This record gives sequence, structure tokens and C-alpha cells, in this order.
Amino acid sequence: MTEIVFYVLAISAVLSAILCITQKNPVPSALWLVSTMFALAGIYVLLHAQFIAAMQVLVYAGAVMVLFLFVIMLLNLGRDGGSDIKKGPVALVATFLGAALVAALVAVRGTSVAGLADRLNPGVVAGSPLGVVAGGDVQSAASFTNAIGAVAAPMFQTYLVPFEITSVLLLAAAVGAVVLAKRKL
Amino acid sequence: MLLGPSLVLSAILFAIGVIGVMIRRNAIVLFMCVELMLNAVNLSFVALSTAHGFGGQVMVFFVMTVAAAEAAVGLAIILAIFRHTRSVDLKNINLLQG
Repeated sequence: MTEIVFYVLAISAVLSAILCITQKNPVPSALWLVSTMFALAGIYVLLHAQFIAAMQVLVYAGAVMVLFLFVIMLLNLGRDGGSDIKKGPVALVATFLGAALVAALVAVRGTSVAGLADRLNPGVVAGSPLGVVAGGDVQSAASFTNAIGAVAAPMFQTYLVPFEITSVLLLAAAVGAVVLAKRKL
Repeated sequence: MLLGPSLVLSAILFAIGVIGVMIRRNAIVLFMCVELMLNAVNLSFVALSTAHGFGGQVMVFFVMTVAAAEAAVGLAIILAIFRHTRSVDLKNINLLQG
């Protein structure tokens, strides 16, 4: 059952993504991207990442895409009729390179990352207070506490400093966006 | 187990984003393709977090923050370019082309 839902969502995500990059007008393009993001949110739920799924809908499908649509509206795009999609050899080469990229990434998938993870985090042991769990325990750990608490523990313990730095990054981005969009500097 | 199919889906979505960046000239659609690539990477982070712990989900949170900041600054730059050239088509933005 889970796998049927996964494949339905995966096909919907891929089709929406293809439609997103082939639409002439940027507004349908943005709406197909929203559809892709909703499908990905469903897949996150299937992967037991309910908090990330909620963030995906709120931040990506909500805030970021509204920003995109707002800028499209502000610039009054998509009315001039001309298509900006490159045709002929460029599209063929792009498709070929994309297929080669899929093949390369799928080939990389076969390599083991278990040893790599152990080398990157030598001190992490299963059941440690940092909230990092061993392989296969994510579902049980998430149901043992709750979906948000399981993510919050590593975020506010192991990754506390990066978390604080992102707040500085967001402040810098907000100030930078206002300065860039001002009519006169 | 959905780990393998999720990684394949992530690779396909990333490649679609790359193809979009190569075949489009509209700067806003280009930005959307970059968001698509970030989403694909997020999917592989979440898929691997089912096997390697919650660190992957925390990384997705950080990627979302950076993507939001990037979208805000990038769209402000596009606004400034539009005010300068009255267009967001990349063929009109070729100052660095020799």
C-alpha cells in the first residue's frame, strides 16, 4: 500500500517537474512547481519525516512560491507571447546530459554510505543523548517521542550553533533584499 | 523499504532541474529550476535519514532556510535587473560575454 502511494506521488512529482520546465508562461510553471513540492511533501510523510513535510508545505509551497508569483506579477511577465525555451541542438544536448546525470547519480547510489557515515561521525553511537539513532530506528524513535521532538533534539543540541547562524543568514538576506530592491541606493 | 526508489526519484528530479537551467532563458524560471534541484537534494537527505538518523532532517531544515534566503535575494536582484534592462531574458544580460 505504502509503495503504491509512493509511486503515484513519484510519478506525479516527475510529471509536474517536466511540465514546470516546459511551460512557456512562468505562472503555470510556478504552479506546476508547487504541485511537485506537494508530491514531495507526501513522500516525506511516507518516509516518516512529518515535520519536514509540514515545513515543505509551509515554507516552499507557501512562502517561497508566493514570493515567485508576486515577482512575476510585479514584472507583468508572460504577456509578450515569445517563448524563451531554447530549441534544436541545445535542447537535445541538455536532454542527453540530463540522462547521463541520472545514470551517474543512480550508479553512485549503489556505493555504500554506511562506512562513510561512520567515518564522518566517529563518536556517534546508537541511543546517544544527541538524538542520533542507528540505522532503521528512525521510525521507532519518532513514534517513541513524537515527530517534532525527534528532530528538535539534534537541532537544538548537536546543531545549535548552525541553527543560530541561520538566523543571522536570514537577517542578512532580508536586509540585502530590501537594499537591492530599493529604487535608489 | 523506500530508500532506493527515493534516491532514484531524487536523481531524476535533480536532472530535470539541470535540464531546465540549460534550456530556459527566463531568469525567474531558472530560479524555479534551482529550487527544484534543492528539493531533489532534500529528498535524498530525508531518504537517507531513515537509515542514518535525524541529522539528515536537520540538514533539510537548513537547506530550506538557505533556499528561502536565496530566493529573497535572487528575486531582488532580478527586480533590479528588470528595472535596468526592462527584461528578465538572459539573452539581454550579456555584459560579461566577450
